[in-house]
Amino acid sequence: MPFGRFWGSTIGKKVVMAVTGIVLVGYILAHVTANLLIFVGPSAIDGYAASLRTLPVLLWGVRVLLLVSVVLHVVAATQLAVLARAARPTAYQRFVPQASSSASRTMRWGGVALLLFLVYHILHFTTGQAHSDFIHLAPYHNITTAFRVWWVAGIYVVAMVALAMHLYHGTWSMFQTLGIEHERVNAARRRFATIIAVAVPLGFVSVPIAVLLGALR
Amino acid sequence: MTMHLKLRVWRQPGPTAAGRFVAYDAPDLSADMSFLEMLDVVNERLIEQGEAPIAFDHDCREGICGSCGLMINGVAHGPMRGTATCQLHLRSFRDGQEVVIEPWRAKAFPVVRDLVVDRSGLDRIIAAGGYISARTGGVPDANAVLVAKDDADSAMDAAACIGCGACVAACPNASASLFAAAKIAHLGLLPQGQPERAKRVLRMVSQMDMEAFGNCTNIGECQEACPKLISIDVIARMNRDFLRASLLGREERVGSSGEG
Ligand code: HEM
Ligand code: FES
Repeated sequence: MPFGRFWGSTIGKKVVMAVTGIVLVGYILAHVTANLLIFVGPSAIDGYAASLRTLPVLLWGVRVLLLVSVVLHVVAATQLAVLARAARPTAYQRFVPQASSSASRTMRWGGVALLLFLVYHILHFTTGQAHSDFIHLAPYHNITTAFRVWWVAGIYVVAMVALAMHLYHGTWSMFQTLGIEHERVNAARRRFATIIAVAVPLGFVSVPIAVLLGALR
Repeated sequence: MTMHLKLRVWRQPGPTAAGRFVAYDAPDLSADMSFLEMLDVVNERLIEQGEAPIAFDHDCREGICGSCGLMINGVAHGPMRGTATCQLHLRSFRDGQEVVIEPWRAKAFPVVRDLVVDRSGLDRIIAAGGYISARTGGVPDANAVLVAKDDADSAMDAAACIGCGACVAACPNASASLFAAAKIAHLGLLPQGQPERAKRVLRMVSQMDMEAFGNCTNIGECQEACPKLISIDVIARMNRDFLRASLLGREERVGSSGEG
């Protein structure tokens, strides 16, 4: 089937979300692991940042892949959300959810929050416009000076709560969308998504919390 | 024991007319009445008063025809799990309770009158591919086609779908995925369903999209609302069939459609 027709189908769009979701989850797993280098020491994380710059093909390859993935993910999400809204023009006077979780019900607005955070985060730690004391290629300095301000750390903590919720449903939903379903794996699908949803945001927030508590300075 | 309910019912004289909620006091009911019997009693009283009775859809009143779906206090088919509205009894309610009754709400299910909606969009999804092509001719020997017991059981679970539309009604996206997926699983699990398997999923999914049902977000409200408790596992199976048919299937030749 040509991609145009695949994309024209609601399941096709959802599959695109799942595949780009895998790319994004894979990336944040690498990202959180690298962030934890900060606990090894300034030279570990600064050295890691410098070493990425010695591989420009890899760096830009990953950046392009991520940009394409985020764009496809968000465009598909937006189009599907518009379709879904049109599918129920009259709301119920009374509707009591029976099975959905707060994570699954907030995928769309939570996704918008993540997108806004993403823009802020890149301006903050990649390009530096949103940082008051930015030094290029000095992540240890940039991170520790940023998170000493309580509300900056607060933005990251709130964003990681949103990420946890998105991952709790999204990672599980990905299996369902791709048809990975079998009585022998179904419990593991839920466990895997829960572990990702807890471990990744915890890894990320450990840094601002450590700075606020004075463990990293 | 007699019961008393305070109803708030959606009244809408016709498909294009504006609708509104009307409050009805319903005293002297029996806890052993079914929900539809309660509506019958309320309607008899309305007719005695010279008012138009509340239109609602029903036929078998034993949970097999799928026509009786109502949104009752915000839950499709009401508070009892795994039953259709006709199998719900007043003992599931408290004496004096307020009960809000609404029709299924979806663009694909236009209101015909009051609580009656037009569910023919589901029929068109079936017509698009929810069938098998069988040879006519001599009757084959019983058990000539072997079916593994597990497959037969799973196909039977999916075939329990009565097409009531509760999955659409309960889905925040008004998606018909559980319905379409149940039909696709029911036929696709059996040997007789294999020849059309790829064509079936592509056509039924495309019809579902054309009918203005929403898309699935794997939220799971449908399987809770389903009077037959069909699992969303069938939706994963539909997605799998769709992926396989999209990636590996041959393009349909123009004019090769089975039903002409
Ligand atoms: C940090 C980056 C992100 C990651 C790791 C991520 C991951 C995922 C994954 C794995 C899925 C599951 C796909 C599926 O249902 O099959 C998903 C679904 C979804 N994502 Fe994201 N996503 C991210 C960012 C966003 C953003 C910025 C939006 C904003 C518009 C968004 C909106 C959605 C929506 C609406 C769904 C569908 C929810 C559902 O299945 O119920 N995501 N995401
Ligand atoms: S009236 Fe037939 S299922 Fe309820």
